[in-house]
Order: sequence, then C-alpha cells, then structure tokens
Amino acid sequence: MTLEDFRDPGRVRVLLGAIRQEAEPLAQRLGRPLQIMEVCGGHTHAIFRFGLDQLLPKSIEFIHGPGCPVCVLPVAAVDQALALAERGLVLASFGDPMRVPGTHMSLLEAKAKGMDVRILYSPLDALALARKEPGRQFVFFSIGFDTTMPAAACSLLAAAREGLGNLRFLCHHIRLMPTLEALLTAGELRLDGFVGPGHVATVIGAGAFAPVAARHGKPLVIAGFEPVDFLQALYQLLLQLKEGRCAIENAYGRVVSEAGNLAAQAAIAQAFEEGVDAEWRGLGLVPGSGVRVREAFRDWDAAPLLAFDTLPQRRPEPCQCSQVLIGRLKPNQCPHFGKGCSPQHPLGALMVSTEGACAAYHQYKEAIHG
Amino acid sequence: MAEVTLAHGAGGGAMQELIEECFLKAFGDLPLEEKEDQARFNLAELGAQGGELAFTTDSFVVSPLRFPGGDIGKLAVCGTLNDLAVGGARPLYLSAAFILEEGLALEELHAQVASMAQAAREAGVSIVTGDTKVVERGQADKLFITTTGIGVIPKGLALSIASARPGDKVLVTGPIGDHGAAVMLAREELGLAGDLESDCANLYPLLAPVLAQCPGVRAIRDATRGGLAAVLTEMAAASQVGIALEESALPVRSQVKALCELLGLEPLLLANEGMAALVVAPEQAELALALLREHPLGRQAALVGGVRAEMPGRLWLGTAYGGQRLLELPYGLQLPRIC
Repeated sequence: MTLEDFRDPGRVRVLLGAIRQEAEPLAQRLGRPLQIMEVCGGHTHAIFRFGLDQLLPKSIEFIHGPGCPVCVLPVAAVDQALALAERGLVLASFGDPMRVPGTHMSLLEAKAKGMDVRILYSPLDALALARKEPGRQFVFFSIGFDTTMPAAACSLLAAAREGLGNLRFLCHHIRLMPTLEALLTAGELRLDGFVGPGHVATVIGAGAFAPVAARHGKPLVIAGFEPVDFLQALYQLLLQLKEGRCAIENAYGRVVSEAGNLAAQAAIAQAFEEGVDAEWRGLGLVPGSGVRVREAFRDWDAAPLLAFDTLPQRRPEPCQCSQVLIGRLKPNQCPHFGKGCSPQHPLGALMVSTEGACAAYHQYKEAIHG
Repeated sequence: MAEVTLAHGAGGGAMQELIEECFLKAFGDLPLEEKEDQARFNLAELGAQGGELAFTTDSFVVSPLRFPGGDIGKLAVCGTLNDLAVGGARPLYLSAAFILEEGLALEELHAQVASMAQAAREAGVSIVTGDTKVVERGQADKLFITTTGIGVIPKGLALSIASARPGDKVLVTGPIGDHGAAVMLAREELGLAGDLESDCANLYPLLAPVLAQCPGVRAIRDATRGGLAAVLTEMAAASQVGIALEESALPVRSQVKALCELLGLEPLLLANEGMAALVVAPEQAELALALLREHPLGRQAALVGGVRAEMPGRLWLGTAYGGQRLLELPYGLQLPRIC
C-alpha cells in the first residue's frame, strides 16, 4: 500500500456511503446528531484539508478536542522561554510555538528584536547545535504530547551521556491520557465516542486507552491521518454504537501496536518523571498531565535556571478557547472569531497553530460555508 | 583563500581591481566597459522594438548561496528577467548591485558572477551597469544581489492581473514548489537528503510563443515567494473574481509532496523560480497549453482550474473527493509543524 491508496477517491466514496448509512438511523434513534470528538489536532486539520467536513452527513457533529500541543501551551511556558532568551541563551524551538503569544510577545517577535531564537526540526538538531557552538548556552523548548517526548528524551539522554555542558531542556511536555480522563470525569461533555489520536497511540499503544471504554463507557477507535484511515475509524466507531458495544479498537494497525513503542516508552521513563500537575491553556490545571526532567539529569534541565520571581503572573485569557476545547462552543460561535481573533492576529491559542480548531475553521471552512 | 575585505568597497585600488577582475571580465559587454556612471540607450532603437518600456527590480538574499539546480547568481538574473517576461516584455538589459559581506571568499564571488554572466548570455541580455558595496562582517549574509531589468513590450500587448474574467482558464507552466523545497533541502539543518532541484529558469523563451499566438492570454505571474496560492489570490483580488483550482490537476513532484507531508507544509505556498501561472480566455486555453508543452520548460504544464464569478477575491481548491477548501495566505513564513 502506498500513501495514494490511503487517499484513493474510490475507497473514500465507499466509506462515506457506509458512514452515511449507519449514521442516519443512529441519529434518529438518539433524536440528535451524533457527537464525536476527534481528540487530535492532526485529525481536525485532515477533516478540513481534504474537505471531509462537507462530505460527511449532518447527522455527525465533530467536537474538536484538546489534542494540539501548541494550542494548549500556556502563556507562562512561552514567557519562561522568552525569559531565558532575554538572558542571552540561545533558544531552540520547533516551528509551531514561534507564533504563540506570551504575555508581551511571541518567540517570533523576540527573534525580530534580536534575541537568538532558532527554529529546529528535531530535538536532535539541538544536540548538533550545542556541539557545533560550544561557547554558547542552548535551551531546547521541549513541548508536545507523548508523540514528541521520545525524541526529546533520547536527545536529553544523549546530551547527558556525552556530558554536553551547554544544552538544557525547558520541559513543557504533556500527556494525553490524563487529559482525556479529566475531560471525561468533568462530565461536561455529551459525547458518543472518540476518534483516537494515531500519533500518540504509536508511542503509548492501543492498550493505554482501555480506561476510556472500561471506566468511562465511551468507545474509541484509533485513526491514522489520511482520509481512508480517518473514515475507516469513524465507520468502526459507528458500528460499535449501532451494536451497542463499547471497546477500544485500532484502525491504524499498520503503525500502532497494542503495547506501543517500548523503546520510546523506556526512553521517556528514563528521562522524565510523570504525574506532574500541568497548566493547559484553555483547560487550566490538569492533574498529573505533565512531566519534568528527572533529578538525575538536573544539569540538563532548564527549569532550575528560572528563579521563582521571574515567573510571570497568570492573566485572564481573552478568548473562549476553553469552551471550544471542551466542545461547548463551535469556533465560529466565539464572539471574537474572525473579528478580533484571526490567524494573523490570534487572541487565543486555538487560532495560533494551523491545527487549532479555530485556525482550521478560519482557513478552510468559514468562507465556503458563509 | 582570498576574501572580500572592506578595502574592496572603499573606492580605491582594491575596488578598481575587483571591478576589473571580477565584474568586467565576466559581464564584458559594452557599455559597462565604458565605465560611465550610467548605461545609455538609443531611444529610437528601443521604440522601434515595441510600444512600452518595462522596468523592474528585485533583490536576492537566498541562503545557502548554492542549491541544487541553481545559485544566487542565476537566480538574480532569472528572477528579474521573469518579472519582465510575465508582463510580456522582451528582456534587454540588466543592472546588478552587490552587497558583499567582509570575509566572503573571492572564489565564491567569482563563481556567482560567472553564473550571472552565463544566465544573462543564455537569455540574450546584457548586464550594463552596476554597483558594489562591502559591509562589515555580520551586517549581511555573505552576498546580496539586486538586479534591475529593462525590456520592451510589443505594441498591443496589455497583460494585467486585473483582467481575469469568469470562465477563463488557469494554467501553470510546470510543477509546483520545486524551488522552495530544493532550498529547504539544501539547508543543512534539515538533515534530509533528496534529489530535488530548483526550477530556477528564464521563462521568456517559454512564454514568448504563447504570447505571440494566443491573444487570449490575459494575465501571467511567476509564482515566486508565497507560491502559486499567493499569485492567484492577488489575481483574484485584482480582478474581483473567484479562482477555483482542482487539486488532482496540480502538477506536484512526489519528492515535494513527501517533504511537505513530513514538515506539514503546503506545496501551493512554496516558492518557485521558473514556473508561472497564466489566465487565458477559455477558447484559447488548449492552444496555450499545447504551446507551453512544446518547450522543454513547459513539458509538465497543466490546466489547473478556472475563474469564477462567485466568491470574488478568493482562491479555493476542489479536493479529489468533491469537497472544497479555501486557500488563505499565511501571514508570514510557513513554519514546520511538530505533529
């Protein structure tokens, strides 16, 4: 199978037909549209990018979940990164966080003001930079879900093995499962099921999602990111609902195994300590969702560089991102959408990343649907 | 290895030597050799060649200086020639201004100047005037080149991005995003290998036969920074029309697609340096396409969409499944995504 097979219009048509056939009677039975949350921002992006939103029946409503690491990156994390760059350290970052607004500016604006901010494609590039410029102190702005944690962990472990003295990691990684559980426990969501995040599942394994079905009674099907992948998972989810089953299924078997990537999990466990309460933009404090660099690697942790007095005060968020994140508002129902808040001038995080629900709505949907 | 020093920009002997040894030797054509402060043209001769004079300027700051399929020198010539060609002008003369960073290897400068000379010769244009400045180390990135071009537009030809009408067809002269992808691959920090080449080329020989035989060509733009999406959005806004592209009709090399998948980028927003979009009256679209495909640069030319009355100022893409998505320009740079 090639990539094109997973984009094949014939397969997509067949799946769309099957989904339509299953969704209508289900919605009629419920007396409302089905509410499906796609947890991952990559799925939100795919839905709009391939125009699937216009092809799926109105009897399915998508709730765009919290699964975009950039969208949920708190202001304080950006401020911490900026504080380090202001001190003359070289701040190395993925491209995604560059536009996320901090209290006073974004990393992109900081770069324009002359701070040394470099865009990298991988945490491993930070190692290479630190080796190449031994006279400079580097900080890697380490963010992302379970997906990006293995590469960050491996880089940190490699830096420690080499005794590299000029590279530290500003760790703002978060884990998806505690958040899913927090959402489900909060009881504010009226959801019929989940399309599960394929990339995260690659690392943590399909089995890690078991509590979603067992404890919270919601079916979840893990999906890849091509149209055929996504629609196949959605179809399987509908079949579960039709048959009254509630299970974790894996429709991304070519990549995701039951146990996940054990080597990646081992690297994460070695480098990071789990179960730290973490602040999420839009959601507030999510217990146990964060990680920190283990004490054994303190010399490679950027957190000790940040004195408590430099941590900025929290400020109220101008947007209603939190309501969108838990599915209570559609992006275009936010009063700021497309007015004060646009991809050019984001007020809230969901407008920052191309995977944010608001940015995706703005970019792909709004003008066509009016 | 010899390097550019501040003396090379000080107006004295070192500068004279650089001009003689580097620029004059490479560009060689009169009237540059006359070393006046300006190039001079006979107005009657220019006027005999067409109805309007076209005049354009562009600065080139690409990093790295050399990339697969081209270098900054070739780019500095082709880029300006193309800005003339998409207005229907036959390019005639170029100026070239150089900002050199102290420490630039003279060997590199010679190579870039030779590349410019070759591109200009192949295009049949002369580099007739120029300027050199040297700035201190750190104040420029090795070498910046600004080229200005003059060409003549034949009588009766009036291309304009404001002239697209509903029903017109949209053509592209070749694959999308090659230059942007090749430059990205050439940047060492990406750490990826690939066999992609920039499409950097002079478009005039490709476009001239189409312009000569298809009076229905209404507008042409070379899709440089901002890519195809940017130029078509500009056309849609200037003409107050909508433009609809068919995703399946867009020629995109598989390597470019793969790179974009990997980094979360959009090929339609990647830069090109040898690809243009044409808006053509419907009855002449097939002829224009056939003429483009006759030229080696246009082998993969394609009809990719049409001009619509609805949604004026907007560009959208019909997906392979019958959905639509709107293309909006990113505010700034396309940044690679982590997941």
